Amino acid sequence: MNIAMILDMAAEAFGDRVAVVSGDSRYTYAELRVAAQCAAIAVRDSGARYLALLDVNSPAAPVAIFAAAYAGVSYVPLNYRLTRAEINELVDRIAPALLIVNADTRALVDPRADVQLIDRADFLSMPATDTVAPEPAEDPRAVAVQLFTSGTTGKPKAAILRHENLMSYIVGTVEFAAAEEDDAILVTVPPYHIAGISSVLSSTYACRRMVQLENFEAKAWLEACARENVSNAFIVPTMLSRIVEHLGTRGAAELPTLRALAYGGGKMPQSTIERAMQLFPQVDFTNAYGLTETSSTIAVLGPDDHRVAAASGDPAIRRRLASVGKPTAAVEIEVRDEEGRVLGPEEAGLVFVRGGQVSGEYLALGSQLDADGWFPTRDRGYTDAEGFLFLDGRADDVIVRGGENISPGEIEDVLLSHPAVADAAVVAMPDEQWGEVAAAAIVLKAGASVTVAELQERVKQQLRSSRVPQAIVFRDALPYNELGKVLRRVIRQEFVQAASALSA
Amino acid sequence: MLNTAVLKAGARFKSAVCDTQVMVIKAPAGEHLLSCGGSAMIAASSTPPADAKLDPNAAGETLIGKRYVNADESVELLCTKGGKGSLALNGTPLEVKQAKQLPSSD
Repeated sequence: MNIAMILDMAAEAFGDRVAVVSGDSRYTYAELRVAAQCAAIAVRDSGARYLALLDVNSPAAPVAIFAAAYAGVSYVPLNYRLTRAEINELVDRIAPALLIVNADTRALVDPRADVQLIDRADFLSMPATDTVAPEPAEDPRAVAVQLFTSGTTGKPKAAILRHENLMSYIVGTVEFAAAEEDDAILVTVPPYHIAGISSVLSSTYACRRMVQLENFEAKAWLEACARENVSNAFIVPTMLSRIVEHLGTRGAAELPTLRALAYGGGKMPQSTIERAMQLFPQVDFTNAYGLTETSSTIAVLGPDDHRVAAASGDPAIRRRLASVGKPTAAVEIEVRDEEGRVLGPEEAGLVFVRGGQVSGEYLALGSQLDADGWFPTRDRGYTDAEGFLFLDGRADDVIVRGGENISPGEIEDVLLSHPAVADAAVVAMPDEQWGEVAAAAIVLKAGASVTVAELQERVKQQLRSSRVPQAIVFRDALPYNELGKVLRRVIRQEFVQAASALSA
Repeated sequence: MLNTAVLKAGARFKSAVCDTQVMVIKAPAGEHLLSCGGSAMIAASSTPPADAKLDPNAAGETLIGKRYVNADESVELLCTKGGKGSLALNGTPLEVKQAKQLPSSD
């Protein structure tokens, strides 16, 4: 078993179909396979243990995923947005390696004998030698992909995905050659994100044309949709917000060929998805929930679920627009309490997942699965009576006030419901009496104003006094990562410093 | 039984008489006779016997990307390369499994 089989099958069945479009550059599935096999020979001959990528989206990403698989080494895409020091720390952990760079990222890597740098253009034009392409190894336990997770504390963990995990995901959730001849998916997630990997594997197995954008920008995204007759796209919530903002009242006419829009990677504001569904009534929306450690998607809120929820007057059904849907057929999901007891509907706890695609494993740290194969996602959540899963933040973000667990999400929802509030993040702040208390960072809408006391009273009225943020600060903007996840640790750190300054 | 094999998930087999190749998605423990085109399938790396010929009674074609199952779906194979022979398990023909209707999520 080897993920190279995914490309072999696509090239065998639809070799002439366009696989990747990036600017003026195009590869058919047959050409993608030749490029990957030629690159695999170079990888094998280099003696590298890893094939790494420090680059934006380009055809080098899919070529490298499969070249590593053919050559029997692990593929490691690195985050080019990290600092120079952070990048070199990661490079040190993967040597000896062959590292694909571009003109900008080459300068970020400190020269060293055991890491060979190769420019993207050279990597993509490896000569077809007389040497026979490596026969892919069939060990299902071999590591196909290694991704460094953005650790909230300490150094990044190296999550590993084995060939059997990724193959289980693809075979379990994608139908081979499911794409129509003219289908195209617009890819904007960066190559170092799990969605960047799963997108290549899913699209290749579906024999779907991939249209790559180097970076997300609403105008360029809309132009690419129109130019390439894009039928599918995956985006993160902030991208959808920007697309909706950019379009204003113009809607479906701007995207005549778009049929399916999948989103994930963070909490989608309900107003944004409602607005998007109004703008694009012809589009099938899918919310996908997944993690790096689970080879991507484990739960899906499908197009029909969206339409039923949006059309319902029943609040219990309507709120499913904020749910991540039901587990895919390839995995099982359980919600458990702190003692490990499986909880019933409407009982909030910790989300666990099990299935062949779940690796739950880090280099050095080993497997995090329990004896029965369950992986603790560290996401909090609950299901409704029909099994729809709702997420309620990360376990690490829970505020423990005098032994009581408080979810930042419910407080944020109340703050966001105030007409003057544009954005809000609630975090734990150290407190002498309670251990931790809630604290909030608020962004006001342009020209709007509200007092701290007014917001505190609102939380007290709608929730209860223990939920009231003891400190509220106003900011011009909240810190987000490039995929639209609010950086709570940065906000938390500010409150920690403020609290220690007070007690000093 | 002659030519039986353990069908381990992830294992790959090829036809002795046509281009068909399969990967095991799931199978019960124990030894089974997996055949294609009327002859036992062989390990992906081995050489087919010279005298093996496609049995016209087992020439229903196997299609790339399709999943093949037995009646109770305890065995599931993925066809990774198509060919002229049809698949059978312990003498009983395998059927194409219904395609999944899943929304594209990535």
